Amino acid sequence: MTTPLHIGFIPLVDASALIIAVDKGFATAEGLDVTLTREVSWSNVRDKLNIGRFDAAHLLAPVAIASSLGLGHVKVPIAAPFNLGLNGNAITISPALHAAIMGEIDGDPRNPLVTAQALSRVVAARRKAGAEPLTFGMTFPFSTHNYQLRFWMAAGGVDPDEDVHLVVLPPPYMVDSLANGHVDAFCVGAPWNSVAVDLGVGHILHFVSDILVRAAEKVLAVRQSWSDKNPEVLAALIRAASRAAQFIEQPDNRSEAAHILAKPEYIGVDAQVILRTLDGRLKISPDGKIRESSRYLLVGREGAARPDPAQAAWLYAQMVRWGQTAMRPDALKTAMEVFRPDLYDAAMGQPGKSGNGADAIGAFAGPAFTPDDIAGHLAAFEIGRWKP
Amino acid sequence: MSAESSPKIVIVDESPIRAAILEEGLREAGFTRVVHISEMQSLLARIYSEDPDVILIDLENPSRDVLEAMFQVSRAVRRPIAMFVDQSDSASIQASVDAGVSAYIVDGLKKERIKPILDLCISRFNAFSKLQDELDRTKSALEERKVIDRAKGILMKVKGLTEDEAYVLLRSTAMREKKKIGEIAQSILTASELLK
Repeated sequence: MTTPLHIGFIPLVDASALIIAVDKGFATAEGLDVTLTREVSWSNVRDKLNIGRFDAAHLLAPVAIASSLGLGHVKVPIAAPFNLGLNGNAITISPALHAAIMGEIDGDPRNPLVTAQALSRVVAARRKAGAEPLTFGMTFPFSTHNYQLRFWMAAGGVDPDEDVHLVVLPPPYMVDSLANGHVDAFCVGAPWNSVAVDLGVGHILHFVSDILVRAAEKVLAVRQSWSDKNPEVLAALIRAASRAAQFIEQPDNRSEAAHILAKPEYIGVDAQVILRTLDGRLKISPDGKIRESSRYLLVGREGAARPDPAQAAWLYAQMVRWGQTAMRPDALKTAMEVFRPDLYDAAMGQPGKSGNGADAIGAFAGPAFTPDDIAGHLAAFEIGRWKP
Repeated sequence: MSAESSPKIVIVDESPIRAAILEEGLREAGFTRVVHISEMQSLLARIYSEDPDVILIDLENPSRDVLEAMFQVSRAVRRPIAMFVDQSDSASIQASVDAGVSAYIVDGLKKERIKPILDLCISRFNAFSKLQDELDRTKSALEERKVIDRAKGILMKVKGLTEDEAYVLLRSTAMREKKKIGEIAQSILTASELLK
């Protein structure tokens, strides 16, 4: 007997474990009959998951937490038993902003602190000249992209609420908006950074792995109540996604995976662009310069798939830092309980261990992160909307 | 309803026909202050300058996520805006998601005032999809008609049949093969292309 499942996704490379699980038959092998639905907005994915039109979804990790806390929308407790991807985003800037930042650079431009300080000088010069503030695009108020951009620029002394404009843009509109000057920069997932570089309208300034070594990006999300009622179905789905993640991480399989993901019903961009993302070998400027990183996007390798509650705590800390919610110990606990390594371990039939050491995040600035003292951690950062 | 008491409604929809259907419905119901935005560039700036009480957006629109940013306290927002969610009324949330529309309201607007707007919106969106389905069906019926006519032509020529005989042959083959006449006709066209 097969179990029908409806799963929503946004066409991004970090939906690959779900797409491959279905396309390669790993889901069928687990007794699941999955219907994938491609969505156009995170709001739609969230709402359809909330009301039960979807059984599971590819979801921004912070949205899973916000839903469980009732931030910005109805409160629906979510369980995230599987990380679909760690990292995978990049900050891309227009050629004009790239020239301006490089003109102010004092040190190694691969160091995010150096670029953030250069950005701070660009912002100051623009203010002095009476120019409009720079505009940065990101994908959702409760998104890693929002927090990563803010974390980076604030480290260099740029206040993301006072000194620049941060605007939400749907990922498929990012490249056009950069090309027509609607935004000066954006932070988004694959493949859109590469698309901007290929079209000659953007330079990739940073991979987010420069900013955070391990950032929980998208999760496999289910309603907590659904998870309680369907533990076996969920375990089967986790195993199917895990098998798909392992398939994708085999370098020999990546070309096949990229061609599947490139299909119009899935991501619908050139397979070569997707392959570069999976390989972590990206063209970063229109002149063809290549940068390689083994940390660009992690789908399953290095224990990436196993949820780490410390990462949920870091995301919650960002919501507090930027004034999206107040610091409350019970809310922190709720946020951490969204990430479910126990469900992951149960499905895989073995006690797991996350791949990180002392610091689950590895941010380039500030003290090492610990969920035990978020107030103390945030106090180390000068810029923020949070008042102790 | 006087212009003063009628809430200002913005419709964000890239489909001009659906927006017109909705706008007409709202006006008939006495909501006189309705503005349609079809241009997604600088959507927020447009919304801020219109300063609406209610925003209606179709769910096929990726710019829904842009509206979500309005929940965040921002200097740019004059009045806080929230998505219309009535926790006690999950049927109406489901109905609106299924119809493909979402409503955002200015905080403080009373539930009794938003409910008729949302209901009207749901019924107009459903009417629109029905219309779209009918249109699609009519289109494909017309297409099928053309294919059948061409297949009949081929049968008349190759087998020396009258038009009626050609149609009877098509129909009896379709019944025997448990297929639609259109499908049989299409395979005749394909075969005749191959045999050319």
